[in-house]
Amino acid sequence: MPSLAPLTVVIPLLAAASLVGAVAIAPRLFIDTLSIAVAAAVAVLAASLLHASGSDTLVYWFGGWEPRDGVAIGVSFAIDPLGAGLATFIAVLFVVAFVFAYRYFRVVGPLFHVLMLVFLAGAMGFCLTGDLFNLFVFLELVSVSAYALTAYDIEEEGPLTGTLNFAVTNSVGAALVLIGIALLYARTGALNLAQIGDALAGRSPDGLVIGAFTFLTVGFFTKAAVVPFHFWLADAYSVAPTPVCLLLSAAMSELGLYAFARVYWTVFAGTLSGAEEAITLLLLAAGAVTAVVGAVMCFSQRHLKRMLAFATVSHVGLYLLGIALLDPEGLAGAAVYVIADGAVKASLFVGVGVIQHRYGTVDELALRGRGRDLRPTGVLITIGGLALASLPGFGPFLGKSIIEESASTAGHGWVAVVLVVCSALTGGAVLRSAARIFLGWGDPDEPPDDFSMPGKEVDPEEQYPHDRVPLPMTVAAVALLAGGLLIGLTPGLPADAIAAATRFTDRPAYVATVLHAHPAPVTAATFDGPAPRDWLFATLSTLGAIALAVRSLWRGRIRDTLRGPPGHMLRAALVALRALHSGHVGDYVTWVVVGTVIFGGIWAATLG
Amino acid sequence: MMDVLPYVVAAWIFLAGLYGIVTSRNLIHLVTCLAVVQSSTYLVLLSVGYKKGGEPPVFADRPPSPRAVDPVVQALTLTDVVVGTTVTAMLLAIAVQAHKRYGSLDPDEIRSLRG
Repeated sequence: MPSLAPLTVVIPLLAAASLVGAVAIAPRLFIDTLSIAVAAAVAVLAASLLHASGSDTLVYWFGGWEPRDGVAIGVSFAIDPLGAGLATFIAVLFVVAFVFAYRYFRVVGPLFHVLMLVFLAGAMGFCLTGDLFNLFVFLELVSVSAYALTAYDIEEEGPLTGTLNFAVTNSVGAALVLIGIALLYARTGALNLAQIGDALAGRSPDGLVIGAFTFLTVGFFTKAAVVPFHFWLADAYSVAPTPVCLLLSAAMSELGLYAFARVYWTVFAGTLSGAEEAITLLLLAAGAVTAVVGAVMCFSQRHLKRMLAFATVSHVGLYLLGIALLDPEGLAGAAVYVIADGAVKASLFVGVGVIQHRYGTVDELALRGRGRDLRPTGVLITIGGLALASLPGFGPFLGKSIIEESASTAGHGWVAVVLVVCSALTGGAVLRSAARIFLGWGDPDEPPDDFSMPGKEVDPEEQYPHDRVPLPMTVAAVALLAGGLLIGLTPGLPADAIAAATRFTDRPAYVATVLHAHPAPVTAATFDGPAPRDWLFATLSTLGAIALAVRSLWRGRIRDTLRGPPGHMLRAALVALRALHSGHVGDYVTWVVVGTVIFGGIWAATLG
Repeated sequence: MMDVLPYVVAAWIFLAGLYGIVTSRNLIHLVTCLAVVQSSTYLVLLSVGYKKGGEPPVFADRPPSPRAVDPVVQALTLTDVVVGTTVTAMLLAIAVQAHKRYGSLDPDEIRSLRG
């Protein structure tokens, strides 16, 4: 079984290369069919890896260069259920994105599919690799194809600046990752994750290790869009073609966080074990700030894609809260939440794509009441909004419940409050726009504020409005939403996720499996189901989302109704926050530097 | 002192490139500054693998030398150069497109996204 793992990378790369060769002669239908078939084949492969890795971590050494006497010589894939699970999820998303793109673009060159397939290959290798430098290379493969895909509508004005901000900020982040890798290599002479971790384990961390930890964290957080490294994300997502948005939103940030978790637990957990408290506190703070900033920005958008982009930022913060707890349960909660929430957000992007396809705009105010003849899409977006707001019983709710339980066990009960408030704000924003667009609710003459991105762009691929919603789009949206909701009803999923996370966080066992071919210890876990308080929190955030949506529709924008001195201060803070998102790449890179100094400074003071 | 010097130079190059990106008023200049940032990583990698009085890591047709420098970091640098060049080429294409569209290369004049 492990010997099939490289095929998840090889197949899409070969398909991409042959499509480039066949550009001139391949008919559109062939290109679409081939792409869907390749993505489906990769999804099946990844799912079988997920199944096979359930009992033991799968290790594959390229070229048969197996470790000698516990020293890694070659390059390996090391596949455990969390990595294979993320790979499966991303491959399935690609199937949906290709199906959606089939009708989204009236005219599309095969290079779109080529870039998508390269993205897929990179993401698969990224999830499965056991080598730090390969992790970097696969991440860059994903990033560069994502830059090119974001700029796909190069004739428009938005994609130019959006891609510029995306590519420059992320390349600076990548340089930081590489410096971190070089420092680790200088210390340990190894690039295999298990080997580096083994060499560092038990030693007290010195300046070089803390520096490497800081650079890797900051670099991965730039990809993941953690505040203050998040500025590029909204610019990129609001200009990328919708099928690409779907992937970026549900896969890109998650890859950044996955990289952080993987590197923390395989490389640094052994040497930083004495400082877990300090790491947890800083990560919790970063997660909470990210969640709140994203949620507030999300609620104040009228450009639908930009709104979902900031919802993505906010939820990255919520995932980070789960990871920050540095225990298997929190990590498992984040993993379940990533899958469920990612599927729901992707279906919302498809819904926005349908609106764009139909009306040629994604501006909430301009669309007021125009969606009355698009009821099914309205229902879909409403359910999606409720799911973001943690509709009790379904997928995102389950993930958040596991995080809440883990946080309260660790004595960080306030995490639940952040989850409730941010879920209510992001869900409320979606519900508000659904009510405005599909029911015509709200003040007809609401004035736009100074910042709001009007989102007046006409669909660049489709210059005219359409009468019908193509079937593939509906199928894509419904499948994603149903998947995201129903995953919460899968019996045994939380326990399996916690068991998988237990293996993911067990560094000595990872070393034993990868370097010494010992079978991974059997991990079993139980989860009693969400506690009554979790149901209460979820009900609160769902009701809160509805209340926020209704209030902002009928009582004007929140910032206009803030009164009194505290209200003025809040309002000034809101205006300042929005002004920070300046669209200027120099500002964004400055924030990366500031964030690096903050993380490095705090860790130098607390980890040494 | 001489051991630390390459890293100090790398840090200097990195910061100089960042300063250029942050203050840039021209997209071509900005993309070149990004390349400068990336080239600092080449220097870090090569410094990590260097030995005093080192010899090239060639192991065929000659007896292996204990003073050979580390070939792994050279492979990493090469990979990194490829990645960096890809990004630079793509961003330059975007700069050309921006100039076609706006007749300007000033990032301030072409930005359309904010808030």
